[in-house]
Amino acid sequence: MRMRLVLKETAVGLRRNVSLTVAVVITVAISLALVGAGVLIRYQVNEMKDFWYGKINVSVYLCGPTSAEPTCANHTVTQAERDAIRAKLEALPVVKQIYYESSAAAYQNAKKLFRNSPDLIKNIDPAALPESFRVKLTDPKRFDMVESSFAKQPGVQQVQSQSDVLKKLFKLLNGFQLGAFFFAVALVVAAALLIFNAIRIAAFSRRRETGIMRLVGASRLYVQLPFLLEGAIVGLIGALGGAAILVGIKWLFVDKALRPNISSINFIGWDWVPTMLPVLVGSAVLFSVVASFVTVQRYLRI
Amino acid sequence: MIRFESVSKVYPTSPRPALSGVTVTIDDGEFVFLVGPSGSGKSTFLRLVLREERPTSGSVIVMDTDLAQLKSRRVPAMRREMGVVFQDFRLLPDRTVAANIAFALEVIGRSRSVVQTLVPETLELVGLEGKAGRMPDELSGGEQQRVAIARAYVNRPRLLLADEPTGNLDPTTSVGIMKLLDRINRAGTTVVMASHDSQIVDSMRRRVIELDAGHVVRDQARGVYGYAP
Repeated sequence: MRMRLVLKETAVGLRRNVSLTVAVVITVAISLALVGAGVLIRYQVNEMKDFWYGKINVSVYLCGPTSAEPTCANHTVTQAERDAIRAKLEALPVVKQIYYESSAAAYQNAKKLFRNSPDLIKNIDPAALPESFRVKLTDPKRFDMVESSFAKQPGVQQVQSQSDVLKKLFKLLNGFQLGAFFFAVALVVAAALLIFNAIRIAAFSRRRETGIMRLVGASRLYVQLPFLLEGAIVGLIGALGGAAILVGIKWLFVDKALRPNISSINFIGWDWVPTMLPVLVGSAVLFSVVASFVTVQRYLRI
Repeated sequence: MIRFESVSKVYPTSPRPALSGVTVTIDDGEFVFLVGPSGSGKSTFLRLVLREERPTSGSVIVMDTDLAQLKSRRVPAMRREMGVVFQDFRLLPDRTVAANIAFALEVIGRSRSVVQTLVPETLELVGLEGKAGRMPDELSGGEQQRVAIARAYVNRPRLLLADEPTGNLDPTTSVGIMKLLDRINRAGTTVVMASHDSQIVDSMRRRVIELDAGHVVRDQARGVYGYAP
């Protein structure tokens, strides 16, 4: 086997079909980026679940001077009501820990949270921030027990769980993930068909050479190898392009756009690069070779 | 070298068999003409020898191998023992004469030193020394056919099949091609040539197998094209 000649044949084949080669590269790149994005969204959801379920709180907001809810009866929560609420919380079996946050402490926290937006802080009236009990649960999913117990409790303005907000967010992210995978599947099909056509055209445009190879007794491997290598190279270039797109998206969206503005969410890092990317790139190359192989078996007579 | 035992070949697209009950033996070192009108089965005969086609019935034995028993992966090895020449030359237009001939060696994995020895040697044999760097379209038809013969012969096959090699050439040029094939035959290679060029067949006075509608109608040791018992 003279590898140098096989490689030369491969290069000739790639150059002969530049437009189709480019189409395959782009399609493979975008499909890989989409599959990767789907996986990254999954990682992000898991990251947030771990992070949030660890520190999830139910907030029992107490009535303030401006509260209009019927349970407030148009007055700020009294000490007696406050004690009753605390006692009732302590009696609930799902409650693990209770922190009391005064109106002033809430203002301090808000100042910390919005430290990058001084205008916003200026507009907050410290008295308007309600005092609250922050409750940690033994099982964050059983938040409804707290809510139902305190719905009609005098002095309680509102019971709010962060898991509500999270559920909505997770639903949204799951939707993105599903969408990414859906488009990825469509693009993978397109990539397969493009590879199929590219190799078919390559086989057709080289039929004179392969015909002679056949007659002079070139081995099956020798005749087919340039086409398989063509598929592998196109797949590899496309896959590397897709990996670059994926890294770029993660850097641009997560590191540049989201992370500096949202400090309360733990974003994914780069630990997936050495683990997930090689698997994705390898699969893309394997996929291209298999697609080429199938085409060659069909369209190249030996 | 070649033995056909009651070989029939029916193509699925045609109701009439291309070959029907053909039994012939061609010995090592022979020079044989296959003659007959278009559609008489000459090309099918050659394609069966090349194992491009399989017989519908009967057996084709080439170089002591029954082709029906030959595994697909052994076919390339067998074809390395054969050379083929066509009416339309089938040269690669984007490669030089030398590269066209070298191609046949390179794709079967012969080393560069073998290529560098055999290509000039073969070019000289076919009378094209000095044209190694030309492109096929710069050559005359006769010269192109010489390149094709050089490519078929460069690996020194035991059997050379030629399908109407002079079909596209004028009579004078054809004589030159026949002299070349004769020389190759005298060097020990069996030559089977399909032709309906009566002048050439008559002038060579070699064995003639005449086919008509898939049947062998004549097999004559020192024959001519027309029927002359």
